[in-house]
Amino acid sequence: MWSLTRGGIMQKDNDSGGPSTPSGLTGRLRRRKGSNEVPPEVVKANGNHLLVNDRNKYKSMLIRIYSSVWMIGGFAFIIYMGHLYIWAMVVVIQIFMARELFNLLRRAHEDRRLRGFRLLNWHFFFTAMLFVYGRILNQRLANTVTSDTFLHKLVSGFIKYHMVTCYFLYIAGFMWFILTLKKKMYKYQFGQYAWTHMILIVVFTQSSFTVANIFEGIFWFLLPASLIVINDIAAYFFGFFFGRTPLIKLSPKKTWEGFIGASFATILSAFVLANILGRFQWLTCPRKDLSTGWLHCDPGPLFKPGYSPVPQWFPQWFPWREIPILPVQWHAAGLGLFSSIIAPFGGFFASGFKRAFKIKDFGDSIPGHGGITDRMDCQMVMAVFAYIYHQSFIVAQSVSIEVIMDQILMNLTFEEQRALYMKLEQILQEKVFGES
Amino acid sequence: MILGVRWIAYKGKEPDILLMTTKISKYSGSGDPSTPSGPTGRLRRRRGSNEVPPEAIKENGSDLLVNDINKYKSMLIRTYSSVWMIGGFAFIIYMGHLYIWAMVVVIQIFMAKELFNLLRRAHEDRHLPGFRLLNWHFFFTAMLFVYGRILNQRLANTVTSDKFLYQLVSRFIKYHMVTCYFLYIAGFMWFILTLKKKMYKYQFSQYAWTHMILIVVFTQSSFTVANIFEGIFWFLLPVSLIVINDIAAYFFGFFLGRTPLIKLSPKKTWEGFIGASVTTILSAFLLANILGRSQWLTCPRKDLSTGWLHCDPGPLFKPEYFALPEWFPWREIPILPVQWHALWLGLFASIIAPFGGFFASGFKRAFKIKDFGDSIPGHGGITDRMDCQMVMAVFAYIYHQSFVAPQSTTIEMLMDQILMNLTLEEQLDLYTKLGQMIQGRQFGESYLNN
Repeated sequence: MWSLTRGGIMQKDNDSGGPSTPSGLTGRLRRRKGSNEVPPEVVKANGNHLLVNDRNKYKSMLIRIYSSVWMIGGFAFIIYMGHLYIWAMVVVIQIFMARELFNLLRRAHEDRRLRGFRLLNWHFFFTAMLFVYGRILNQRLANTVTSDTFLHKLVSGFIKYHMVTCYFLYIAGFMWFILTLKKKMYKYQFGQYAWTHMILIVVFTQSSFTVANIFEGIFWFLLPASLIVINDIAAYFFGFFFGRTPLIKLSPKKTWEGFIGASFATILSAFVLANILGRFQWLTCPRKDLSTGWLHCDPGPLFKPGYSPVPQWFPQWFPWREIPILPVQWHAAGLGLFSSIIAPFGGFFASGFKRAFKIKDFGDSIPGHGGITDRMDCQMVMAVFAYIYHQSFIVAQSVSIEVIMDQILMNLTFEEQRALYMKLEQILQEKVFGES
Repeated sequence: MILGVRWIAYKGKEPDILLMTTKISKYSGSGDPSTPSGPTGRLRRRRGSNEVPPEAIKENGSDLLVNDINKYKSMLIRTYSSVWMIGGFAFIIYMGHLYIWAMVVVIQIFMAKELFNLLRRAHEDRHLPGFRLLNWHFFFTAMLFVYGRILNQRLANTVTSDKFLYQLVSRFIKYHMVTCYFLYIAGFMWFILTLKKKMYKYQFSQYAWTHMILIVVFTQSSFTVANIFEGIFWFLLPVSLIVINDIAAYFFGFFLGRTPLIKLSPKKTWEGFIGASVTTILSAFLLANILGRSQWLTCPRKDLSTGWLHCDPGPLFKPEYFALPEWFPWREIPILPVQWHALWLGLFASIIAPFGGFFASGFKRAFKIKDFGDSIPGHGGITDRMDCQMVMAVFAYIYHQSFVAPQSTTIEMLMDQILMNLTLEEQLDLYTKLGQMIQGRQFGESYLNN
């Protein structure tokens, strides 16, 4: 499968088993190593093409390295800046993804007769953004403006009528769509309407879950994203050295050896990476409001190292007698398992989609890599899983008597505490008497 | 205008042309809505046919007689099906919340089946065995997700007596989201693994179509069910308003209809629209008063039992008495505060809900289909009946959540957390600790005061 890079040269014939649509920030790194490993003599082409291939290959390599370095550097900088900036980055990525996807199946000649139709897409986009981020940031916004009563009332009003506002914005778009239906263009317009909805659902589901994760602690955003990147790089290398049996018809360059090797590598690095990342309070503390300052908190039992003695079969020269294991590392192993086995299906889906509609890439925003959607396809599947995992297995476990007692003491007045006590008494009496 | 011709696509066979008598009835009546949505659609036809004498139709004599006989015959079919629908509906309302929920689920399954079949192409499906099963897999997953969320709390309240069942249910509630997610991912992976060369575009379109259907069907039905358990009133009132709006639009259009309303539905008129709006808002006001007096309709259902309900309906349903001017026979009229909310519901039902019908008409034109199905004799498919209801159900839920339901306070949220996440022993433990703390503070306060 040829993939056209910015340099316009086909590079993939040299690589055996490299993933065809690399999704990850260091995709560029993969290309460089690959080209270095395979000497030019292997390319079965005449001399002129070899030289041309070489020069263009290196040129496109440079472009890919350049864009990867910028992406990783920018990403690290934003992580350092904090939650709000990461959120802003997610929003920007989302806008670009939506724009790419909106443009994808649009047919230019039909659009000329439908003025304002593109504006409708962006209206729905704005409504979805208001709805999704309003829900997530409701509570945190309220916590930020507790000082100013006027602003507080404004914000509480917004929170209360948030759902109605978004609903009426949506209904306005719906009515606008119906009133602009033009004869003989019905099918095109309905197709575009459905396409808009699917795009917005795909884009906003994963980005809303990503943002929810960010405010629970940057750790829960950084770890899944890194695991996808690691999985891709590892899959490339294992496939490069050992790749033999093809994995799936949709992506002919992927191999079983790359897949399995990458799975092991990902789960191991998930275990190790969770230990490293879990030591930083900046990454593990949740953000309760919308401030940007430094964070201090009690990270909770998940991030407290439990020291387990080194097993007997470890060699004597091993310097440490016991290893600190954070309980979160076991959760990270679960995340690693998912990212290696199931997240690649996001990439397969994107490949199949591009084949179905005969498009090469989703866009051309990133030089050497394609569009933003090409980079984000596996990340989207992972983000959703990370959120659901977090909500089901981590948050639920942390609910204990102490936590609830704290909440009762902090959030309720004395009268409310008494009222809660009475209600609890009633319900418990019913339960206890019902049983006996 | 197609005279009595209807395309019905059978599974896997060539479409048959059937001469259906129902279409002929559309000639009668000026300005009746082309796609009537409501159980008493049949009633509309009968009045219309009675009003227009046969001489008005400019046809030759033998056709007139044929028209007449067929018109009455189709009228009878429509009356028959409408009566059955209304009767069944009233019976289910009487039976209660669980049965209404079951009715909504059944309607949903039929709607999904109609819509799934709509854009399916028979010859391509023969190459893809198991693809239809994938649609139903996603349907089942969506059902589990949506109804699991709504009925979580109520299920927990039902099985508090049996300890084993309670643990089972709590576990289900706790891992509900993960279960549904993995079911969805399984379907997603199954879809990818069954992608066939040269069928990619068809399969992706079907996948997108499945998602759109499920979203449309389940959004409105989940909101409907949520409303039902808040009190049958909040389900019955919006539904009735849509029906009333349709009937009123027909009659006003019939008698006064002159200026067409929208290109998509050429039979609708401005006079019908405006007249129906006024009628709907007025009847919303009155109907809320009548319905609000019954505890069966106004009490929320906290668990999944089916017995009779007694509750304190709340301040919304307590009548306030307004004094009336001298010339009125009654000294004062009781007005339930909920009637003012009903006015807004009526306004929405008359102005905005018809757009659901326009959307469905536009959709049918875009894809050149006459009706969504043929389940209901004389009316078309279930989706034809439900198009306006869907828009209304969503609005009714959002209105209820934003303006009617009391905002859940921190106390209630904490209570929910305590009841759902802690075992009985932990709850008792929390109770004793809380008691100690409160007593400690009371002592402290009394000490300070003395």
